[in-house]
Amino acid sequence: MMKRFLKGFTSHTFLILMSFLSLFPFIWLISTALKGNSENIFAYPPVFIPKEFTFDNFIGVWHQIPFLLYFLNSFIVAVFTVILNLILSSLAAYPLARMNFKGRNFIFCLVLATIMIPFQAIMLPIYLIVLKLHLVDTYGYVTGYLGLILPFAVNAFGIFLMRQAFLAIPKEMEEAAFIDGCSIFNIWRKILMPMCAPTLAVLAIFTFIGSWGEFLWPSIVLTNKTLYTLPVGVNDLQGMFSANWRYIAAGSIISIIPIIIFFILMQKHFVSGQTEGAVKG
Amino acid sequence: MNSFYKKHIPYIFLLPALIMLLIFFFIPFFYTIILSFKDYSADIYNPVWAGINNYITLLKSREFYTTLLNTFLFLLMVVPFLAVFPLIVAIFINQKIRGINIYKVLIYLPVVVSIVVVAIAFKWLYAQQGILNYLLECIGFNSIGWLTDIRFALFSVALVTIYKGIGYYMMIYLSALIGVPKDLYEAAEVDGANEFIKHLTVSVPHLMPTIALVVTVSSISALKVFAEIYVMTKGGPLNSTKTIVYYIYERAFENLDLSLASAASVVLLIVIMLFSIINITFFENKRYKL
Repeated sequence: MMKRFLKGFTSHTFLILMSFLSLFPFIWLISTALKGNSENIFAYPPVFIPKEFTFDNFIGVWHQIPFLLYFLNSFIVAVFTVILNLILSSLAAYPLARMNFKGRNFIFCLVLATIMIPFQAIMLPIYLIVLKLHLVDTYGYVTGYLGLILPFAVNAFGIFLMRQAFLAIPKEMEEAAFIDGCSIFNIWRKILMPMCAPTLAVLAIFTFIGSWGEFLWPSIVLTNKTLYTLPVGVNDLQGMFSANWRYIAAGSIISIIPIIIFFILMQKHFVSGQTEGAVKG
Repeated sequence: MNSFYKKHIPYIFLLPALIMLLIFFFIPFFYTIILSFKDYSADIYNPVWAGINNYITLLKSREFYTTLLNTFLFLLMVVPFLAVFPLIVAIFINQKIRGINIYKVLIYLPVVVSIVVVAIAFKWLYAQQGILNYLLECIGFNSIGWLTDIRFALFSVALVTIYKGIGYYMMIYLSALIGVPKDLYEAAEVDGANEFIKHLTVSVPHLMPTIALVVTVSSISALKVFAEIYVMTKGGPLNSTKTIVYYIYERAFENLDLSLASAASVVLLIVIMLFSIINITFFENKRYKL
């Protein structure tokens, strides 16, 4: 009895401490953002509950930074990246899971090889190619968005994830549909895709999070501030309000609200998603 | 059994993905290698063939050695911690106790938040008159320049990467822990093992493949570190936090030195490919088998 209590007690203590540490940087940002201009944010000892509690910093930064625009840009980029990934990965995964054809091993190895090629090592030529294809914001919004989306339209992780999902579906399903006169494309679309809905959801969520948080690529290609995605816009806060930590903190907190809501709504999928290995390192 | 698939069908399904992979993986891959053998310094629009000159310049550059050393040190700081600590957290999370879901969500939270915001938050914690220095003084140390002192800056950046990674690797361990047979724990209990011994003798041996996987995966992502450095230190002070991806970025997009950037990219490619091959052949071979 005593031993069980002790075990529960240590577990809770440890986990509460871990949760606290994990929230701490954000708590401290919120605390700073809520402090008024006359309150010293460098006070020793640090003050957690603002004495001069105010939302002025949030309102001030909201008026100076077009968060809704950044949010919209991130959303457009993330949604189209997700849609392309779902379609292209599951199209490519179907023959790799099910069909025998010439060059199958070769294509399989080709796709596998892309896992070993880190984006960071080939980003310079990708940039040159994107420039050549005019997929940059200097040619307009659409090309700007395309330049952000297309390099991440498909990757080997998605293809292998979908392939695993297709492999788990009994072949009899397809055979029966084929005998009923269903075309291959319809078998893929009307039978396999719905049956893989849970995996598609996992792929969608992790692709969305990845695209939403992407920083390196947009900061390379974007020249036009009206196309900034949230991470680039938030990094920009540092330059705009160099020493005004109240505004930087408030802006950072505003920027993470959408993804935190998304995460809380989808939290069940995150657990199952990592189990399936949907994410890359 | 595949008789009902027409011959051209598989290629039609594969085509869209292969075109994208061709444009954004294979062409850039070979392009990087070609660029690394060209000299752009005279005229950026008309590069000349340079043989291995770029590599020689790179290997003669002190800055590049510092970069490599930093990258390696960074990996050594991050990987052991991320291989061990998330496992401990996962063992605690893998219990049927009240509120476990809330703990899981809170510990995982930093994974979904943009690295830019996490880096800004830490920059604020690391401020000269910031809260971490206050805590240091509380326990009797002098305050330090977390991001401004060449002795601490790389470590401070590594701490951010660790913070951002704990939840991620915890989840990987958690899904592996669920697969450990329960009766092994019971057997250990009958033998009188306490909690610590129980996990050391049952969980750890059972999770060896997962631990190895986490080591390679976290090594690969440590080699690719960029955003933390860009947001917090820009490689400074005195190049003490300049790692290879930051070096490539700086060379390519700030100094427009395409030759050295590409030569450094090829070095990064080779290192990461080695890790990936180990990973694919030993730890993830099930998923990638035909």
